[in-house]
Amino acid sequence: MDTTRTKDIYTEEFLINMGPQHPSTHGVLSLELKLDGEIIRECTPHIGYLHRSMEKIAENRTYTQFIPFTDRLDYVASMNNNLGYVMAVEKLLNLEVSERAKYIRVIVAELNRIASHLIAVGTFAQDLGAFATPLFYCFREREKIIDIFDRICGNRLTYNYIRIGGVQFDLPKGIDEKIKEFIKYMRPKVDDYDNLLTYNAIFLARSKNIGVLPKDLAINYSVTGPSLRASGVKWDLRKDEPYLVYNKFEFDIPIGENGDSWDRYKIRIEEIRQSLRIVEQAIDALPGGEPAVKVGRIHKPAPSEAYFRTENPRGELGFYIVSDGSMYPYRLKIRAPSFSNLAVLPELVKGVKIADIVCVLGSFDVLMGEIDR
Amino acid sequence: MLSILDFIWVLIIGLIVLGFIAVSAMFLIWWERKVSAHIQSRLGPMRVGWHGVLQSVADTIKLLLKENIIPAGADKLVWWLAPFFAVVPSVMAFVVIPFGKNLIVKDLNVGILYIMAVSSVCVLGIFMAGWGSNNKYSLLGGMRAAAQIISYELPLILSMIIVSMQANSLSMQKIVAAQSGHWNILHPNMMLAFIVYIISATAEVNRVPFDIPEAESELVAGFHTEYSGMKFAMFFIGEYTNLFIVSAVATTLFFGGWLGPILPPVVWFLGKTYGIVFILMWVRWTFPRLRVDQLMGFAWKVLTPVSLFNLAITGWLLLK
Amino acid sequence: MRPDEISGVIKTKFPQAKEEAGTNNIIVPKESLLELAQYLKNPPLAFDNLHCITAVDRKEKMELVYILYSICERHGVTLKVYLTPEDLNVASLSALWKSANWLEREVYDLFGIIFSGHPDLRRILNPYDWKGYPLRKDYSNPELIPKPRL
Repeated sequence: MDTTRTKDIYTEEFLINMGPQHPSTHGVLSLELKLDGEIIRECTPHIGYLHRSMEKIAENRTYTQFIPFTDRLDYVASMNNNLGYVMAVEKLLNLEVSERAKYIRVIVAELNRIASHLIAVGTFAQDLGAFATPLFYCFREREKIIDIFDRICGNRLTYNYIRIGGVQFDLPKGIDEKIKEFIKYMRPKVDDYDNLLTYNAIFLARSKNIGVLPKDLAINYSVTGPSLRASGVKWDLRKDEPYLVYNKFEFDIPIGENGDSWDRYKIRIEEIRQSLRIVEQAIDALPGGEPAVKVGRIHKPAPSEAYFRTENPRGELGFYIVSDGSMYPYRLKIRAPSFSNLAVLPELVKGVKIADIVCVLGSFDVLMGEIDR
Repeated sequence: MLSILDFIWVLIIGLIVLGFIAVSAMFLIWWERKVSAHIQSRLGPMRVGWHGVLQSVADTIKLLLKENIIPAGADKLVWWLAPFFAVVPSVMAFVVIPFGKNLIVKDLNVGILYIMAVSSVCVLGIFMAGWGSNNKYSLLGGMRAAAQIISYELPLILSMIIVSMQANSLSMQKIVAAQSGHWNILHPNMMLAFIVYIISATAEVNRVPFDIPEAESELVAGFHTEYSGMKFAMFFIGEYTNLFIVSAVATTLFFGGWLGPILPPVVWFLGKTYGIVFILMWVRWTFPRLRVDQLMGFAWKVLTPVSLFNLAITGWLLLK
Repeated sequence: MRPDEISGVIKTKFPQAKEEAGTNNIIVPKESLLELAQYLKNPPLAFDNLHCITAVDRKEKMELVYILYSICERHGVTLKVYLTPEDLNVASLSALWKSANWLEREVYDLFGIIFSGHPDLRRILNPYDWKGYPLRKDYSNPELIPKPRL
């Protein structure tokens, strides 16, 4: 504790604990703050409140049985988690899936990216004080996406849809009209968010130049995803190491300039627009064929290892699987993007005010489910 | 000297106004929920009574039945008195609000000064709540509230002085009477004073974009974290009564009070006041919140110089 | 650079590093890990991104896996370090790449490998006073009931 005495006035820093239950930390995260009035001198995050030991569980489940567990990692973007895991297993098994399966995977992954970014935008605005209005609008849009997913696979939040060899069910009849209708509905709504929030004077004053993340620090801390692109680094796995059929679509990668919280927010809005473009092109080019290759339920890959990373809405999600020839993985490591993104937080909040720490944390869009696993 | 008739008249009007305050606070709470719901494309309370009108009554009964939890280590007297200091000054300010031609409890000839003095006591309630709760979050909320409210009093009072300079009086009824030709808002310097006034008033009643003291996403619930049951209800009612007061004062000073053709004056007054309340609610559910230092900077570096400049201009125009 | 080119460059500079059979992973003895890491961070290889650190319990030895990527040069490499169960001690890379800070804390928490030179080595996912290292193959806890195998 830093205490100073100046004649008769006695000041000291005081310790305040934000969390683990707090309206603004996204999940159960405890931030221990040392405050000097309103200025933060030091911040120590404490994680592990949601640790469910998924990696240990994986050593006792077959490869197919673990897919529902990956849903619950980043529970807001379940399709992308499923996709990452299944692609790592398919790399281990040297399995090629059909064209139709690849297109369907891209469509659901991008729709889920839109849903995840809507939550990020809505909760960011709520943390800044626009109390519930943007949040309700975002959730209204998200309901439409969840409706589409409900028709496709029967679940609203944890989908368990992308399987080893393809996808679980074929797309139902009439789903492409629903998706096209959704795209037409969503485009003006994204412009709505721009009008309501993005260029609002108060929003700009609260988030511009707050939590500036310089390029070198971002790369050194292995920050990935929209937070890295906001700092000016042009790196997106969908373009730089394309997987599935992303190399057949035309889309841009939005890059930020300053690396402040406003940039991270703006990049997410732009990514929603780009994802809408991808879904539109994918739906138009959807080939016929089988949605899945026939593989059994039990897989016994040769003793080897594989690492595969995909672009999650929050960053690069990597799965490292070691197999020893049996039907259970020997070791499964989940490289979560929010884990490394959160590690940067203590460095960015030295010397800012309490209101800003909420802004910076919200702009990084971390999710405790994948940090703690 | 006060005759018995005057005394009985004041008593009757006073009781009517007290009843009005109670009903008005409940109505405002319901209306806020409805307005916020429709802005967020949902419906709001719909079940209790027609479209949820009796929701506030249900909430009051619920709050009355709640257990009174005193936090450990709280400074009991201070903690217990704080809600009263938040509510009573707002109610006292109703003495000089002109609802109609003779519908005013007592037309003090220092009406504006009285309102300024009485509403400044509200900050004591927030401050006491923050201190007495023995909770770091509440203390932060209380400190911020004190700083904010005191900073924004200055532009508020300066804008009110401009109006009383124009009307050459501090009494509320005389100010209304001075607008019988045209409303005050139509003069450019009055328009500027109104803008400054409405921004400062939003800060005085702790509403978004200035609701730092109860900033939910940062400080859980700010200075009223540790209050439950009827004490919390008193803070809540105090906030909505304050909202009504600043809108009523804005109506009287800038929009001509109860003046208006055909309809009875009370209807005009209430209509204009609730119109301003609606605008304040609309702003609340649209904008994010300012940070503490930006808020202070705005008060001292922008609003106060503008008000002083406006005061000088008004003085020059009057002396011309 | 292609993976075999990278391993070629590394092997010429560090003859004690061997390539794992069938893959392009580099097996490094633990004494030269820090030196090799410094070499990898500088140009021309310029591995600026330490993506993932993990460990695999191979019963008679502990295998540490480092996955590095380079954003500017667009290539990646995997390093492996083998540790004996008696001597679970290795140099920390947190001075070179700050992402190693939390990643190494996680490996310490789950496997019990000590990283010397780490600024703040404590548990990260489990509670701070947890006993035992859960992801080791010989970890047992009375509350842990493994699922019956298929």
